[in-house]
Amino acid sequence: MTIAVTKSRVEDKLYQNRYLVDSGRPHIKVRPHERPSANLLALTHVCPAKCYELNDKGQVEITADGCMECGTCRILCETSGEIEWNYPRGGFGVLFKFG
Amino acid sequence: MDMIEEQFDAIVIGAGMSGNAAAYTMASHGLKVLQLERGEYPGSKNVQGAIMYANMLEKIIPDFRDDAPLERHLVEQRLWVMDDTSHTGIHYRSDDFNEAKPNRYTIIRAQFDKWFSRKVREAGATVLCETTVTELIRDAKDRVIGVRTDRAGGAIYADVVVLAEGVCGLLGTRAGLREMPKPQTVALAVKEMHFLPEEVIEQRFGLKGDEGCVIEAVGTTSRSMAGLGFLYTNKESISLGIGCLVSDFAAMVESPYVLLDALKTHPSIRPLIAGSEVKEYSAHLIPEGGYKAIPQLFGDGWVVVGDAAQLNNAIHREGSNLAMTSGRIAAEAIIEVKSRNGPMTKRNLALYKAMLDKSFVVKDLRKYKDMPALLHTNSCNYFTAYPRLMSQAAQNFMRVDGTPKIEKEKATTAAFIKARSRWGLVSDAVRLALAWR
Repeated sequence: MTIAVTKSRVEDKLYQNRYLVDSGRPHIKVRPHERPSANLLALTHVCPAKCYELNDKGQVEITADGCMECGTCRILCETSGEIEWNYPRGGFGVLFKFG
Repeated sequence: MDMIEEQFDAIVIGAGMSGNAAAYTMASHGLKVLQLERGEYPGSKNVQGAIMYANMLEKIIPDFRDDAPLERHLVEQRLWVMDDTSHTGIHYRSDDFNEAKPNRYTIIRAQFDKWFSRKVREAGATVLCETTVTELIRDAKDRVIGVRTDRAGGAIYADVVVLAEGVCGLLGTRAGLREMPKPQTVALAVKEMHFLPEEVIEQRFGLKGDEGCVIEAVGTTSRSMAGLGFLYTNKESISLGIGCLVSDFAAMVESPYVLLDALKTHPSIRPLIAGSEVKEYSAHLIPEGGYKAIPQLFGDGWVVVGDAAQLNNAIHREGSNLAMTSGRIAAEAIIEVKSRNGPMTKRNLALYKAMLDKSFVVKDLRKYKDMPALLHTNSCNYFTAYPRLMSQAAQNFMRVDGTPKIEKEKATTAAFIKARSRWGLVSDAVRLALAWR
């Protein structure tokens, strides 16, 4: 299975979900870094919404629009200070129809 | 907002199972309760399998069956051990579960939580949605006296704050009331909602009316990680998901959606969901640390309940009933302290823990206190080696091919010894028995 196929599949899954995106105010930020730690790098696979991706320079970037607010990245990377994690503002973020 | 300078008896943070149980219990005893929920509506941020156990809800709302949105009552439970092409299983189905007041139901959380929240409002609590609590307010003596939210207006005060903020629990962990869960004490589960016509679900699982069936499966589907797959029948949908420890996901660099897709295409699962329409994909953390992961549960002006307190029985896959019960018990302790005109001090709120310790919640978690560590450190044996061996043994037993039975038995025994050694087999069995005891 190629990465491209996996990626499109996650996007297909997220497409079913309802979100109210707080434009310009992402609730998770990745601190600037030279090289990601093993945990941060692992998030490019482990994040269930595939929010984390590796850029050309080998750094991990986040696009939090599809985030399901599970907190996995907080558990793995907040203590090391590599990411900053907050809840979205009230009413914003994922809105589960079924949950 | 007019309520800014208002003083409440209690503020409940979160409108999940534990928060609703706490808010309902306190409000119905006449306490002035404010409940704050960050989602658009109660349930919009909540994810569960989901199985709901009637007994624990009956203790809060005895006549819940009259109007709660329940999917199916369970008459059959299948426990499967899977390898790549097979499953070996124990099925328990009984007509005894077709009783006047059934024991377990599947539910859809977004719908159930809206119902529960309506009950909370009817009991007299003020419920404010779309409101994220950003900070606990403490006085000079470090007592929790209120909260700040992201709404304009600032501080809201109360005698006690009930932290029902869920597994990730930002407020309590940031305030230093408890530690953040460790990667090896939480599981990440992903789930899809597969919609099918009611009659198709009934045919595939041999159900009639509101009868329901659930499957829970361990095995190679979790790729040597400590994990569990599940399939729950709802009225017109099937909840299908899989979860594994976060530490395992990170160490193995696995993707949860790849595991979910592999589960969906497993030959034992695929025909059960064939032709379904997927309408939602969700992810959630589940506390798995058990008894040893329970944090400090109370302090000056606060208590913590439900998933935020890591109250989840991973072995029996029970969570929401522990959440409801801890919310109810915390509320009863608060009511008791208030009835004596006592202040909400750490000393007085210790009553909550004393009451919880006597309940099934802590007794069950204490029983399995060594299981999380065992499954975590031994995951490749329990979740891959043994499932493969069980499948081979079953197939060897079932397949008739002219091999004398004595040779078949010897081959099965040899396979177990080769995989785990005699000492390994004994040691795995003893360790499992000791942890289960």
